[in-house]
Amino acid sequence: MSEEFTPQELMVAVASREIRDGDVVFVGMRLPILAYAVARNSHAPQARGLFEVGLMRDQPASAFLGTMGDPPNVAGALWATRMSNAMALMAQGEVDLGFIGGAEVDRFGNLNTSYVGDPRRPKVKLPGSGGGADIAILSRRWVTLMSHEPRRLVEKVSFVTSPGYGDGSPGWRKRNGLLGGGPVAIITTLGVLRFPEGGGEAYLASVHPGHAVDEVVAQTGWPLQVSDRVSETSAPTDSELAAIRLFDPEGFWTRS
Amino acid sequence: MAQAIERFVPDGSTVALGVALEPLIPFAAGHEIIRQQRRNLELVGPISDSLFDQLIGAGCVRRVTAAWVGNVSEGLAHCYRRACEQEVPRALEVRDHSNFSISLALWAAAWNVPSLPTRTLLGSDILRTNPDLSTVDDLVEVKAVRPDVAIVHVQRADELGRAHAWGPLGISEEAGLAAGRIVISCEELVDASVTLSDPNRILFPETKVAAVVHEPGGAHPSPVQGFFKRDHAFHRDYADRSRTVEGFDAWLHEWVLDVPDRGEYLKRVDAEALRIKQHRPSVPSDFGYE
Repeated sequence: MSEEFTPQELMVAVASREIRDGDVVFVGMRLPILAYAVARNSHAPQARGLFEVGLMRDQPASAFLGTMGDPPNVAGALWATRMSNAMALMAQGEVDLGFIGGAEVDRFGNLNTSYVGDPRRPKVKLPGSGGGADIAILSRRWVTLMSHEPRRLVEKVSFVTSPGYGDGSPGWRKRNGLLGGGPVAIITTLGVLRFPEGGGEAYLASVHPGHAVDEVVAQTGWPLQVSDRVSETSAPTDSELAAIRLFDPEGFWTRS
Repeated sequence: MAQAIERFVPDGSTVALGVALEPLIPFAAGHEIIRQQRRNLELVGPISDSLFDQLIGAGCVRRVTAAWVGNVSEGLAHCYRRACEQEVPRALEVRDHSNFSISLALWAAAWNVPSLPTRTLLGSDILRTNPDLSTVDDLVEVKAVRPDVAIVHVQRADELGRAHAWGPLGISEEAGLAAGRIVISCEELVDASVTLSDPNRILFPETKVAAVVHEPGGAHPSPVQGFFKRDHAFHRDYADRSRTVEGFDAWLHEWVLDVPDRGEYLKRVDAEALRIKQHRPSVPSDFGYE
């Protein structure tokens, strides 16, 4: 058992384990920037990060990043370019894994980052897609991270900004012309939800230390399926925690 | 800057801003637009960090055509929310895009075609709400978006409009080529011998550039490679204070309305703490020919 850690640190560690060695990772913002850095420092030394601002990197930036466009992320880049060039790689199916932040997700992995309520007069106007829809549609597989609350994991999202498996019917993505494979995990503050091979409905695969299956089910806005083999999420290792704290020394992303 | 905005950003203009994404955001130009009380603007951009939010809160904007409006390190954009949810300070029309599709909309305008096809946005509800997007033969057609003016901050430019920018460029090139004209603000105003020594680094054809404004620090609080770090604390302060209309108004007075220009603004921030001091110049390219 390693030392104490925050829910965000656990989410970063879990997200980093989704990165395979050699992957081209469309990194996105916030916690995934740290997840990329952790993976590069441990099990995925050959991974490359692609940033929609127009950057490709191998080594993680050597100073704190508030955004992907911060100067430390540019110095030492493998490629500084225009956004459409980064999108070109994704459009060709050459991005193995993408990360997307979500505000709402449903059981089929459809994400909403646009409108809560009627788009013509929304209850909440969220910031929008950014590159989220592009990643959801074009990357080979993707992962989302969010706080686990019933108002976020909902029966039906008000608006599908970034499609997962649509209505959940077999072959929905292919029938609708979506290039990439779809979501493989929803990493939350309470556990990890995964999807069956080929897509469909999310199920609870692991519960974070200190939480119970019943609690996770109660905090989910639909009747959550639980895997027969549901396990406890592995806590961050000492080396994962050390890497997280190296790249987020003030806890800007992981301790606030 | 005041002259450039007065002349090239009239009421009702379609204005592309923040087209390099997180870096090089022309905040000084945006603040001058607010001071001159421009109205009925359409803002075009990918992600704007907090500049779009400020222009919306100040009542300058009737429509946003963008992929994302928020505060990159802090999350939600509070003025944008109030405009969409409560029509405060006025109603706002939103044409949602993704980052890829807004890039394509600008490339379509740059190449003078009505639209460009793409595989992105298939299966997204963005197709339902934005009339500029349609599905044809299993592809999405993205209609051209043509800004009247693109405003771009760069590291250096000469007085004839040859701008050098480095680092990631986001959608700067397509925004500039699509726009009727371009307004440049720059950290350094340099001699043409500097810009012309490296023509590959010149961002736009000089024929498109209508004005060059020497505006050091004109992108604060966004970063400028080789010049300034991003001011994260400033973004956090803005996010906190803009939660209420009163808080936003007080912020707007303190940082925009009661500040005559960017020179005065910079005296109120700790610019020295943000200035990049350890330089990493690239190796010059050789343009020799005989």
